[in-house]
Amino acid sequence: MRLLIQGGRVVDPAQGFDAVADLLLADGVVARVGDPGERLRPGKAAEVLDAEGLVVAPGLIDLHVHLREPGQEYKETVRTGTMAAAAGGFTAVACMANTEPVNDNRSVTEHILAEARRHGYARVHPVGAVSKRLAGEELAEIGEMVAAGAVAVSDDGKPVMNAELMRRALLYAQHFGIPVVQHAEDLHLSSAGVMHEGEWSTRLGLPGIPGSAEDVMVARDLLLLEDTGGRYHVAHLSTARSLAMVRRAKAQGLGVTCEVAPHHLVLTDEEVAASGFSTQTKMKPPLRSAADREALLDGLADGTVDAIASDHAPHHADEKDVEFNLAPFGILGLETTLSLCLDRLVRPGVIGLPRLVELLSTGPARAFGLPGGTLVPGSPADVTLFAPDKRVTVDAGRFRSRSRNTPFDGWKLRGAPVATIVGGKRVELPAR
Amino acid sequence: MPTLRGKTVVNLFFEASTRTRSSFEIAEKRLSADSLNFSASGSSLSKGESLVDTALNLQAMAPDLIVIRHAYPGAPHMLAKRLKAGVINAGDGAHEHPTQALLDAYTIREHKGRLAGLKVAIVGDIEHSRVVRSNIHLLGKMGARVTVAGPRTLMPVSIAAMGVEVAYDLADAVRDADVIMMLRIQLERQGRMAIPSVKEYFNLFGLTTERLKGAKDDVIIMHPGPMNRGVEITSEVADGPYSVILEQVTHGVSVRMAVLYLLSGVHEEAA
Repeated sequence: MRLLIQGGRVVDPAQGFDAVADLLLADGVVARVGDPGERLRPGKAAEVLDAEGLVVAPGLIDLHVHLREPGQEYKETVRTGTMAAAAGGFTAVACMANTEPVNDNRSVTEHILAEARRHGYARVHPVGAVSKRLAGEELAEIGEMVAAGAVAVSDDGKPVMNAELMRRALLYAQHFGIPVVQHAEDLHLSSAGVMHEGEWSTRLGLPGIPGSAEDVMVARDLLLLEDTGGRYHVAHLSTARSLAMVRRAKAQGLGVTCEVAPHHLVLTDEEVAASGFSTQTKMKPPLRSAADREALLDGLADGTVDAIASDHAPHHADEKDVEFNLAPFGILGLETTLSLCLDRLVRPGVIGLPRLVELLSTGPARAFGLPGGTLVPGSPADVTLFAPDKRVTVDAGRFRSRSRNTPFDGWKLRGAPVATIVGGKRVELPAR
Repeated sequence: MPTLRGKTVVNLFFEASTRTRSSFEIAEKRLSADSLNFSASGSSLSKGESLVDTALNLQAMAPDLIVIRHAYPGAPHMLAKRLKAGVINAGDGAHEHPTQALLDAYTIREHKGRLAGLKVAIVGDIEHSRVVRSNIHLLGKMGARVTVAGPRTLMPVSIAAMGVEVAYDLADAVRDADVIMMLRIQLERQGRMAIPSVKEYFNLFGLTTERLKGAKDDVIIMHPGPMNRGVEITSEVADGPYSVILEQVTHGVSVRMAVLYLLSGVHEEAA
């Protein structure tokens, strides 16, 4: 099984490579990246893909996805979620543990991986729970889950509120070399909040979630990390202050990484008002202030941010079609992330294309210690081809996801995925 | 006045309300509209039906106007996006209460002859008040200077961005005020970290005759109701010579008649 990708702009930040070159995949791994200008021969039985005008990147990896299976298959399944991933250019996703039942033990981890093997269109890396039932009381069987294939632990959806439990998790996870991923939110401070606390929450009369709800947790966890060592990853970091703390902690040499979500890079809390209370603008962490957004953009540019992760959170249309206060938090991300990033980050020059590839592939692979994220020979043959200038209109009605909850429906963007290659094979999605 | 004869108005009240609902009902009856009351208890609302479904079912009966009161901000906007009927916001959470602001402005103008240049102090639980937000929009637009005052724990962040002065001391708010509007302090805020006790609230922000002294000689005292006598306002002030609180209620009916008339479209049909 050989696939030759010809004439594309190969961007591999891990090697500092960015040139028009051929790429040969064979037997499920990267066989060779040609020198610039060199034409690789297809050889026998090689399929050839013309990539002229396209970017050829190591497969994109989304560290933060809710596949909803088991338990909430009416929102998403492993099958539809990985279809959405492949459609969005992602070759791998890490899926959060807040399923029903919770992925807090080996059998659920195994079930998710079995579903992925049977029905998956992208690689699936389960994230196990930190605590049993996400209850925040006692550690889940982290070792068992890692043995079954879990790549990290997180109580995502809920924070680890108990500082002692977090301290223990940071210590214990080191036995398995995995990061502890925190949904940083002090529940007392966020309380009944439904949007960012600021001028817009005041104008709209909606209960606010202050930025400090995130900041105090990040601050606390970084102090703990200083004592425990190990690896700590901030999920969907959304505030200027949390970012500054992560920047300092990195300079200090702590094992901290962070991800930011595309919606926090593109929208601000003003959107809740501008959209007329649209529940598609409701997520956690909430859309933050313009100043927070600016700080996150700086963090992309200066290297503080390790990954862009979508926090793909499918919800049924009926669940979102309610009063703003009552709607569940979360929006889809897999099928809009790449286009949003190309149009809103690379096009205006916030970051260059190689840095975007780093944030969507190399960085995520490093943060969770996943295979891939590079085109070094011998790496998994996971490749994403995208057209950086292609004009697209987001059409939620055509999403592969089972859900439709996005604030970006109808947006006209430039840049879109063209082909997703997993294990050396171009992913073919079934006819609709 | 049979102006709205043949028009159907639905009063959709998802939150308990005596004053506003009665006021709308009387306004509707005085205009000869056919009105229908829906309240959260005693309808399918208590059986878990969604707001959208309730609205669509009402829509199927083709009302002309829907007056909605809801505990959550944006509920009227949600209905307005879906329904052909005109939607009147009778209060949505802590967001807006437009007809209250209209009747407040009307009352102020009756007494002062103008709004521009007046100092209007609004005192109390600013954070949870829809009345204050609508008044900020309306009075601000008409040129009044609005000062909001209350405990820091009940003052929403960045309220100054709405174009108001902020005071944390009742004396500062009252000083040279032409109008003082007291807001109800919701007793349930007690013990939820906002205020330690009603007694302490009264000590800091309760309006008494003594504390009125810094205001203009012809100050008027307003309150959107319901009042907690002895908490945010003493009976002496509430029933005293400066109080226009019951006039507000009277004006509420005429202002709502005007709103119903203008939004029903009948004046356009006539033209």
